[in-house]
Amino acid sequence: MEDSKLVRVEGLRKWFPLGRGLFERNQSAIHAVDGVNFTIEAGRSLGLVGESGCGKTTTGRLLTRLETPTAGHIYMDDPALGAVDLAALKGKQLKMFRKRVQFIFQDPYESLNPRRTVYDTVAEPLVVQGNRALVEREERVAQLLETVGLTPASSFMFRFPHELSGGQRQRVAIARALIIEPAFVAADEPTSMLDVSIRTGVMQLMLELADRLGVSYLYITHDLAVARYMCQEIAVMYLGKIVEQAEAEELLANPLHPYTRALLSAVPIPDPRYRRKTIEISGDVSRPIDPPSQCRFYERCPVREERCATNEHPPLEDKGAGHFVACYLV
Amino acid sequence: MQMVDTLLSTQDLVAPVRDPVLTVRDLTMHYRTRQGWVSAVDNVSFTLHRGESLGLVGESGCGKTSIAISLMRLLPDNARILSGEIWLGDEELLSLSAAEMLRVRWKGIAMVFQAAMNSLDPVYRVGEQIVEALQTHFPTMRVAQARARVGELFQLVGLDPVLMDRYPHEFSGGMRQRAVIAMALSCKPAVIIADEPTTALDVIVQDHILKELRVIQEQLDMGMIYISHDIAVIAEVSDRIAVMYAGRMAELTDGESLFHRPLHPYTAALMGAFPSIKGPKRELTTLPGEPPDLLCPPPGCRFHPRCPRATECCLSRRPPFEERFPGHYVACWHPLEVRNGG
Amino acid sequence: MADAMTIQRTPVAEPLWRIRLRLAGKSFANSWQLFRENPIGLIGLGIIVLFGLLSLAHPILMATVWDARTYDPIIGYDAAILSHPSPPSARHLLGTDPIGRDVLSQLMYSARWEFGLGLLAATVSVVLSTTVGAVAAYFGGLVDTIFMRIADVMTMLPFIAILVVLSALFDFQLIHLALVYGILVGFGGQTIVIKSQALTIKVKPYIDAARVAGGGDWHIIFTHMFPNLMPLAFLYMMITVTGAVFIEAALSFFGLLNIRMSWGIMINTAQASGYLLAGPGYLHLMIPAGLAITLFCSAFYLVGRALDEVVNPRLRRR
Repeated sequence: MEDSKLVRVEGLRKWFPLGRGLFERNQSAIHAVDGVNFTIEAGRSLGLVGESGCGKTTTGRLLTRLETPTAGHIYMDDPALGAVDLAALKGKQLKMFRKRVQFIFQDPYESLNPRRTVYDTVAEPLVVQGNRALVEREERVAQLLETVGLTPASSFMFRFPHELSGGQRQRVAIARALIIEPAFVAADEPTSMLDVSIRTGVMQLMLELADRLGVSYLYITHDLAVARYMCQEIAVMYLGKIVEQAEAEELLANPLHPYTRALLSAVPIPDPRYRRKTIEISGDVSRPIDPPSQCRFYERCPVREERCATNEHPPLEDKGAGHFVACYLV
Repeated sequence: MQMVDTLLSTQDLVAPVRDPVLTVRDLTMHYRTRQGWVSAVDNVSFTLHRGESLGLVGESGCGKTSIAISLMRLLPDNARILSGEIWLGDEELLSLSAAEMLRVRWKGIAMVFQAAMNSLDPVYRVGEQIVEALQTHFPTMRVAQARARVGELFQLVGLDPVLMDRYPHEFSGGMRQRAVIAMALSCKPAVIIADEPTTALDVIVQDHILKELRVIQEQLDMGMIYISHDIAVIAEVSDRIAVMYAGRMAELTDGESLFHRPLHPYTAALMGAFPSIKGPKRELTTLPGEPPDLLCPPPGCRFHPRCPRATECCLSRRPPFEERFPGHYVACWHPLEVRNGG
Repeated sequence: MADAMTIQRTPVAEPLWRIRLRLAGKSFANSWQLFRENPIGLIGLGIIVLFGLLSLAHPILMATVWDARTYDPIIGYDAAILSHPSPPSARHLLGTDPIGRDVLSQLMYSARWEFGLGLLAATVSVVLSTTVGAVAAYFGGLVDTIFMRIADVMTMLPFIAILVVLSALFDFQLIHLALVYGILVGFGGQTIVIKSQALTIKVKPYIDAARVAGGGDWHIIFTHMFPNLMPLAFLYMMITVTGAVFIEAALSFFGLLNIRMSWGIMINTAQASGYLLAGPGYLHLMIPAGLAITLFCSAFYLVGRALDEVVNPRLRRR
C-alpha cells in the first residue's frame, strides 16, 4: 500500500438477511452496503453523504468493526505491520487494532453511560487496552479534557452525563475517541443533535484536532454543506453503493451523477435572494432488498436510458482528476 | 440538465402587505417545574397578515414551540399564560372559554406538530382520522361528504386518494407528514402553524413538501407560521422572519433585510453558523457559552452573556422591541450598523 | 503526537477512591430526596424501621426485664396464670398462647427471622435474575433461548406444591426455604423482566462505544449492564421479600415447615389447638401475627413502589 494511504476499502459488502429459518434457501437480504470502494489518505478526511437508508452509517460501523463485513476488505495501514485487513481480524488481534480506529456517535445523550462519571467514560479505552497505570490514566484524562475545551479538567472529571449539556457531552465523546491516539475516526452525524450555536464549536474542535493530531475522519452526514466544511473529499452514496466521489469543491461545483445533481438542487440555501431550480426525481428512497442487477438509480433517474436497465450497475470510474462517477451517461 | 439559480432583486422579494389575520400582543407564558418557574415566552408581540408566511427561527428552548402551543391554547398542566392578547380576526383567543376555544381550534387556527408522524393513531386508518376531525367541527357533515373532502385534501398535499383507507404504518415518513398536513388543513383554517414539519425528513422529500406548502398556502390564502431551527429552510419558506432567543423576540423583518442587513448580533451569529454549499468556503462564527437557563435568565438583555457588543446597560435594562426601520423590528441597545441603507 | 498533547495539566488532588465515595454519597442523597417526596415510601420505611426496632429490642428485653423461664418465645411457660391461652394483661401485653408462651415475645423474636428469610431470598433471587437476564440479553441466540425456556418453566411451576413436596422429603428449615424461593423466583418471572430491561441497554450507543474501545463481552456486562440494571434489581428485592415472608406464613400455617417459631407458626399453633375461630376472647392469638405479616409485607411493597418512582423517572410527577 502506498505510503500516504491510510485506509483502503475494497468490495465492502454487508447484507442483512430477512426472513427466518436456517434452512431457507433463497433468503432475502437487505443489501445495506453493496460493493463499496474508496481510499482515505493520512491527514485527510472523507465525507460520506446520502439520504437515510443509503448505507453510510453501516459503512462507518463496518470500518470500526461494530459490524462484521459479509465480504470485502478494509486495509488499514499500520506503521509496524504494513497493510492489515481489518475485515479479517479476530480476537486479540482485533482488540489490538481497535487502538487505531475509533467512532463518535450521533446522540450525545445516549452514547455516555449515565451511571459512569466523565473520568470513567474517557478512561475506558485505556482501561480496556490495559496499558496504563492509574496515575498516568488520570493525567491523560485531564489532558484530553483540556484539549477538547472542558476546562478546568478537575471540575469536569467527576461529573455525570446528566450534569452536562449536549455540547459538553459530545466533547466528552470526542475525548474518549481520541485518548488512545487513533489514526482514523468515523463520526456519525456528531453535531446533528446539538443546538446550532453549539454545533460550530464542536465542528471547529474536530477540525482543529484533525490538524494537530493528524487524525483522519470518515464524516458521515446527510448535510452536504457540513460535509463540505469538514472534509477535503466527498463521496455520495445511494442504496448501498457509492455513485460519485471527488474533492469537495469539485463535487459541489461540477456534479456529474444525476443523483448528486438532484440532491444538490434540493438543498435549501440560506439566502432569500436565491431561487433555486430543483431537479425533480420521483418516488421515495426504498430499502435495497434483493436489488435487481441494473443501475440502482434507474427507477428514479430523470435521464435514464435503455442501457441503464439492461446492463449491471455501472462501475465507479475516474472521469478525470480524481473525480469518480458510476454512470453510463457521463 | 442545467441547474439554474436565479438571483432576485430586492423588488421581487417584497410582497404587498395585506390585512392582519393574527395579532399577538405582549404574550407571556411560563412553566412550573420541580425547581421553579421557567420563563418560556416573555412579552412577545407580532402580526401575521393574510396569505403571509412568517418564519419563527431559533434554537431549542428559545420559545418558538411554546408560542405555538399558546396560540392553540394546547398548554400542558404545568404551563400558565401570564398576560397578553391573541387576536384571531376579531376574536380574542385568551378570553374564550375552553368550550369556545374548541370551536376555534382547527377551524380558525390549526397546527402541524413536531414529529407529526407520531400524531397519527396507529390503529385507525388515516382517512378515518381526518373524517373524525371534520365531523367534530362540522356536525352536519355526512360521512360521504367528509370522505370526498378528504380525497380533495389528499390530492392537495400530493397523496393518492386511494391511500385514505390505509393504516399509518403503511405510509413512509414523507407521506405521513403530508397526511398530517392534510389533517391540519381539513377545516380550512385561516392560520396554520407548522412546527418543524420537515426536520426528520430527507432533503429531497423536504424539498417537495416545502414547495407544496407554499402552493397550498397560496391556494387557500392562509396565513402560515413556520417554525424551524434551520435558517436555510426558513429563508426559502418565509416572507417575514422572527428570530427568537431565550423566550424573547430578538428581531423581526422580511427575509431579504434579515439576511443582508441584520440588526441583532444574535441574528448575525446565527446566520454565520450555517455552512452553505454555495459561495466560497468560509469560516463559521462561533458563539461562546450556551443558551441561558430559563429558570433564572440573565437580567437585562438575555443575550448579553454571549454578546460581543454588550455594555453596562445591556446587563441591567431590557432593550425594547421597536421598529428601527420601516417593517424592521429589533430588541437591542447596540444593533449592528446598516451598510446599504434601509 | 505526544508533543501535541503537552498542555498545562491540573493534577487531581484527592485519591480516586475517596472521590468515588463522595460521589456515591451525593447520588444516594439525591435518591433519598426523591424517595422522601412520596409519602407511601416513607410509611413503608417507617414500618420496616419499627420492625427492626422490635427485633433489636427483643434480646435486650430478654436479657434485662423479662425472665427467661416465663417469656422465652419457644419454651417459656407462665405458671402464675392458671388458664392458657390468657387474654392480654399487665404481665403479658398481648396475652399468652395455648401452651403458655408470651405472644409479644414470640412476635418480636420472629421478626429477626423474617428479616433474615426475606433478605436472603431477595439477594439470591436478584443475583440470579440479574446475571441470567444480562447474559441472556447480551448473548442472545441459543443461550437466550435456553434461559428463557427455563424461566418459562420456573414461572409455571406451582410454588406451594413444590415447597410442600420438598418439605415432606427434607428437613426444611428457613434457610432452605429462602434458597429455594430465591431460586424459583430469580430464575422465573424476574429474569424475564430484567432481561427485557437489559435488552434496552444492549442497544444503547455507549455499549457500542465500549466495544469500539476494545471491551470484551464480560467487561461490557459487568461495567455497563449491571450498574444500569441495579435500580430495577433493587426494586425486585423488595418485592421478593414480600413474597418470601408470605409464603413462609402459608407453609407454616399448614405445618409444613420444620421451624420452631415464626408468625406463621403462631397462627398454626392457634389453629392446631382449635382456637382460631373460637370467638372474640381469643383474637389475640391470631391478630398480632396476622397483622405483623400484613404490615411487614406491605411495608416492603410500599418501599418498592416508592423506589419505582426513583428508578423510573417517567413515573414522577413534574
